[in-house]
Amino acid sequence: MAPLCLIKKEGVEMGLFIQQIVNGIALGSIYALIALGYTMVYGIIRLINFAHGDIYMLGAFVGYFALTTYKLPFGVSLALAMLIPALLGMLIERVAYRPLRKAPSIAVLITAIGVSLLIENLAMLWFSPDPRPFPQIFPLRPLELSGIRVSIPQVIVFITAVILMMALNFLVQKTKVGKAMRAVSQDKEAASLMGIDINRIISLTFALGSALAGAAGVMVGVIYPRIQPLMGVMPGLKAFVAAVLGGIGSIPGAMLGGLIMGLTESLVTALISSTWRDAIAFSLLIVILLVKPTGILGKSMREKV
Amino acid sequence: MTLETKQKKPDGYLMLFLALLILSVNLLLISGKMPAYYKGILGFAGINIILAVSLNLINGITGQFSLGHAGFMAVGAYVSALISIYLKWPLILALLLGAVVAALLGIIIGLPTLRLKGDYLAIATLGMGEIIRVVLLNLEITKGARGLTAIPRSTSIYLVELVAFITVIFTVNLMRSTHGRALLSIREDEIASEAMGINTTFYKVFAFATGAFFAGLAGGLFAHLMGYIAPKNFEFMRSIEILVMVVLGGLGSITGSIVATIILTILPEALRSFSQYRMVLYSGLLIIMMLFRPQGLMGTKELQVREVFRLFGFGGGKNV
Repeated sequence: MAPLCLIKKEGVEMGLFIQQIVNGIALGSIYALIALGYTMVYGIIRLINFAHGDIYMLGAFVGYFALTTYKLPFGVSLALAMLIPALLGMLIERVAYRPLRKAPSIAVLITAIGVSLLIENLAMLWFSPDPRPFPQIFPLRPLELSGIRVSIPQVIVFITAVILMMALNFLVQKTKVGKAMRAVSQDKEAASLMGIDINRIISLTFALGSALAGAAGVMVGVIYPRIQPLMGVMPGLKAFVAAVLGGIGSIPGAMLGGLIMGLTESLVTALISSTWRDAIAFSLLIVILLVKPTGILGKSMREKV
Repeated sequence: MTLETKQKKPDGYLMLFLALLILSVNLLLISGKMPAYYKGILGFAGINIILAVSLNLINGITGQFSLGHAGFMAVGAYVSALISIYLKWPLILALLLGAVVAALLGIIIGLPTLRLKGDYLAIATLGMGEIIRVVLLNLEITKGARGLTAIPRSTSIYLVELVAFITVIFTVNLMRSTHGRALLSIREDEIASEAMGINTTFYKVFAFATGAFFAGLAGGLFAHLMGYIAPKNFEFMRSIEILVMVVLGGLGSITGSIVATIILTILPEALRSFSQYRMVLYSGLLIIMMLFRPQGLMGTKELQVREVFRLFGFGGGKNV
């Protein structure tokens, strides 16, 4: 994903810097949306859901077909691009992960990798591996704010991401279902003794995470208008890095991690070179894991003997 | 072997079986009856066996979940290829030096990262593999995404077989030694083995470096077999492929790794006629396999020729 909106101005170094921060925030809000799904799923069943990046890709494709083939308005397309991935996320959990809930974690991880490969290859079969142009629904005309250009798609992406995250926060913190989710992530057995249907809560977690990833897929189509079946691999891994960075299992942590990730990437692209971007993301991960494995906002878990 | 030992270890028959298998394949090779296409597959199978068995040493025997094996393979491949191209040293020296550099890198990376556990270690090693790939993409000497061409194609299939054989013998013997027991005890319970006085950090790094050494060797063989390498040969997917071989065979089972590697090297080729559905089938099989037999084909058991005889009703339950 190369930032297309990168605007270079000769001699205005500070302007370029701030410009990259704007780009980074837009990219970071997409990472944050994907990272939320990783962090919620990891928080509740301790699984790195490798298929999550592919759910995000499917979101982009659902959005694409809704906007082009069926000519639906943007709001409806976004809703569909959240609903279909949500259902798919629940299906994947039911079919592939639930039977393995007591299995060693490596078996579940391999299954997740298998699911990811399956989705990618089916997508290449159905949608063809060639990139497609995502329809331009918003005018590309940038808004000028004292020398800094913010494109309209970037503003829309940022606002949508903030609304979705606020909605998620409300759901998790203020509703009964959210309370149940937090309880299950703390202690599954105790939660089930309190009368919480664990399977339902886990399904719901997958649905929520996948819906956010689907929304992120549409968002990315809005900013970088090229989509293809393997587009989810790298952002998926990086969003996971973002989740670890912010503290896995922590919802505000995933948002913070996503933003840091987006900012670091766009600054590295501008200041060093775009080819080093991927290495920076993973170096950041290794440093974080070595210095503070619980992440910025994560709580430490004591090892039980 | 006595009846008390529940977990079966590879026996003398296994060696005999392997020797016979290699002998018959080689007879075919020497007679020149084997088409080049099959020769190619055979070469890849050999390289994959080295990779899978060495990853099994890290993942299956020591229980440290590594997802960066392709990174070590890349280091071995690039170092040995550069030596062959620029210094024109003999193949064996180039291969060994590539493997040593990979092992040193294994120690440098292993020392800090092996403090991590489970999923965190997996994701850190994944990141390490990706960093190696990006570095290769950006260095002058590795020619970036275009890759290295005109590497002397000096590897023969016999050499690949020999190295694969040495890897297997080394790993099997290691498993039976004091050091191997230490590695196994770390897999079973790290805290308990530490309490028994085993230097877990040393052994974890040792397993990591040894695995990296053989992966580097496999990378060198790969470079000199193909004559061309590029960073895209060593992507994250490559690590996953090796991991799938190990897991399908059964973590900790050397013969399992070998059997799974041979199946998984031949299967995609056999499915080539429906190339469109090939990867879909492959991933589908992977999921089904994990759902119905999460411990892999062999579990931690080893394939024994005696058991195969018994399976076909030849009796022969005597202990050797």
